[in-house]
Amino acid sequence: MVSNMAEDSIKLSLDGEDIEVARGATLLDAAEQAGIDIPVICYHEATSPNGLCRICVVDVDGGRVLQPACVAECQADSKVETRNERVERSRRTILEMLNASVNLAEAPEIQEMIADYAADEARFPDANLREHTLIDDNPFYIRDYEQCVLCWRCVQVCAEDAQFTFALTLKNRGHDTSVATAFDISMTESPCVFCGQCVGVCPTGALKPKVQWGLEQGWGADEMRQKTRRGRKRNPEKTDGE
Amino acid sequence: MTIDSGVDTLLAKYQGRGREALLPVLWDVQGAFGSISPEHVHRISHLLRVPEADIFGVIGFYSLFHDEPTGRRIVRVCTDPTCALAGADEVLHELCERLDIREGQMTLDGEYTVEHSPCLGLCDFAPAALASARGEADVALPNVSLNRLLDEWNGDYFQPAGDRSSVLLKPTLKDAPEMLVEYGDYQSLRRAIQDVRPETVIAEVEASGLIGRGGAAFPTGLKWKFTRGAPSDIKYVVCNADESEPGTFKDRVLMEHRPHLLLEGIALAAYAVGTDKAIVFIRGEYPKATAILAAAIQEAEAAGLLGDAIMGSDFALDIELRRGAGAYICGEETALFEAVEGKRGFPRMKPPYPTTFGLFGQPTAVNNVETLCAVPSIIDRGPDWFKGIGTDGSAGPKLVSVSGHVGQPGVYEIEPGITLRHFLDQVCGGVIGELQAVLMGGAAGTFLKPEDIDVRLTFEDLRAVGSTFGSGAIMVFNQTTDLRDVLKRLGRFFQHESCGKCFPCQLGTQRQVEILERLDAPNAGDAERLMDIGLTMTEASICGLGHTAGIAVMSAIEKFPELFQANGIQHG
Repeated sequence: MVSNMAEDSIKLSLDGEDIEVARGATLLDAAEQAGIDIPVICYHEATSPNGLCRICVVDVDGGRVLQPACVAECQADSKVETRNERVERSRRTILEMLNASVNLAEAPEIQEMIADYAADEARFPDANLREHTLIDDNPFYIRDYEQCVLCWRCVQVCAEDAQFTFALTLKNRGHDTSVATAFDISMTESPCVFCGQCVGVCPTGALKPKVQWGLEQGWGADEMRQKTRRGRKRNPEKTDGE
Repeated sequence: MTIDSGVDTLLAKYQGRGREALLPVLWDVQGAFGSISPEHVHRISHLLRVPEADIFGVIGFYSLFHDEPTGRRIVRVCTDPTCALAGADEVLHELCERLDIREGQMTLDGEYTVEHSPCLGLCDFAPAALASARGEADVALPNVSLNRLLDEWNGDYFQPAGDRSSVLLKPTLKDAPEMLVEYGDYQSLRRAIQDVRPETVIAEVEASGLIGRGGAAFPTGLKWKFTRGAPSDIKYVVCNADESEPGTFKDRVLMEHRPHLLLEGIALAAYAVGTDKAIVFIRGEYPKATAILAAAIQEAEAAGLLGDAIMGSDFALDIELRRGAGAYICGEETALFEAVEGKRGFPRMKPPYPTTFGLFGQPTAVNNVETLCAVPSIIDRGPDWFKGIGTDGSAGPKLVSVSGHVGQPGVYEIEPGITLRHFLDQVCGGVIGELQAVLMGGAAGTFLKPEDIDVRLTFEDLRAVGSTFGSGAIMVFNQTTDLRDVLKRLGRFFQHESCGKCFPCQLGTQRQVEILERLDAPNAGDAERLMDIGLTMTEASICGLGHTAGIAVMSAIEKFPELFQANGIQHG
């Protein structure tokens, strides 16, 4: 690196390599710059980072706790290990615990992580899988919260991160948390404007376009047209009382 | 649908307020109607300009709020370890049987809803319950039995605390609380306002060596210095009275016995950091302490000791009481801020720290009740006097809450440095039966065995043996106690109280309790599973709750490995 960066940059050690990064860069930025892969689940470049999945944790100076790379800023002269025994234990255990609660069949990125970290998919026998009934309450998308990892992205884009619609919230607490509308009203009764951004940012199969879901169910053209247009009000007078 | 016009009357006083009024509004509606309906949420949404979905999310986060109809009377019986030893499960079972309902249900006539509850902080009056009757103030009930729960509720309890050498406690109190006439007219605050600059108050607190009594043990003076130095015209002092750590009730006793000591401590903190606004966030399970504090604030304001132009000076202070609604996580300082701001009590990422970005994004000094109660005597008698009590690393008197199998459960003021053995044998009435284990520091603490109790009760000595002073809870279990049952209850507590934000704690507290529930017939490898869960929560969670949610279990694996083996000794 050239020396005129010095004012606005800092040096640190990343997996044994000395690197120089812009001041204020996160550890995830630094890793990307150095070509090191750090897994992420909740992080998305379009949403405010909440650092909640903790799959991106790294070891900074052997500190008491690990640091979430997506939000933790690089500290000058620190020594960062992105993948050591502690980091692997946390990532592997989080994946094993997550797999015991959530149907990850349609989350290819997480499946790759499970393979990469040799997470045992049967590590927690007799665990409580979060059970939800698939919600098909509008013509545009379905919600299958058994596949929801609670990354919060859909709630965020529905609120201040993008749409300011506030149709979605988090319901209950702890392991019983789920994404929901107020009092579980249907999407058509909620303020939802069907912008589709929630579907766009979902990292699993929890939110899926109705058409895609219909194709998976083997719907024919007529059935598809019927089921994805229900409720459309081309002529409001005539649909009154439906 | 029309709604009882009562709700509009109820909400009129909140006109013009915003989201920060959400918890107070929800308390008012819950108190008057027993639950919060979609129509209520619709009204509140318009009143405070908060989306309906957000309000629904907030209701669901706090255990004491209900969005489904409840009985006219709600009874919540504590089933955490100390109350369980005193027969709480049996009382709860009998009550449900008599009312012909299952736990969590409402009777057909709509008269009762019965639930279990996490620790209510009445471990010295176990088993305890929290009772609500529609339209009336909640009551904390001591020593409950079936009849006491079905009769007219009686929330009277008082136990003197302290001895001649006590600073924080006052043994001469015959009946709580201490009124202004007994306490005196805030002499330390008077001295500070009249003779001492705020910087000097901070310097004296720093020199005293006072460290936080809430569990994190951060130097109080330093926290105030950071807050005072932070660049903002608006600052806050927040008193963390959300004491919810199972086995911990020292702050409750302080507030119920000596409310003016706390108020003077808060006033000194506000004077030191430079603010005229303080908030006391008190757990919803403490109705008696809440009423006592509210009355004390009025008394002090009427006497010119709080409010505008205090003691004729230009120092003013408004102290506002905010009631929590059933969430242990809100004892975490940033989750507490979120609750005051009318949100789900999720801990924030740190940094930024509260001293620069706290309540409403402003610099905030947040201190535990006991910490603030130590301040008036430091200003009155000087830092050297305070430092002379205890040890170098644990200056000043310290309160502990002791419960379980001891002669006299209660709150004690000790000089740090005495051994746990001395405390158990000589101070709190001795262990009843043969000692099996001490859970030191609360549910987030560690187990000590009989051979470990020569440890000195100081922050540094306990840390050196891998334990913690934590919140000052000491839970004592004799040989009749089924430690597996204790572990199950700790597991249930954390599973119930995890906020669900970060994956390690949300998933870890669930996986942990699943394994603990089968401890009587564990699977091969369960101890290793618990260690992986515990270490992952400790190292990867966002906040202190997650960091400590596996500590007690991991210490049990170390101290009592036989509990985790299939052929372990069966107790009781």
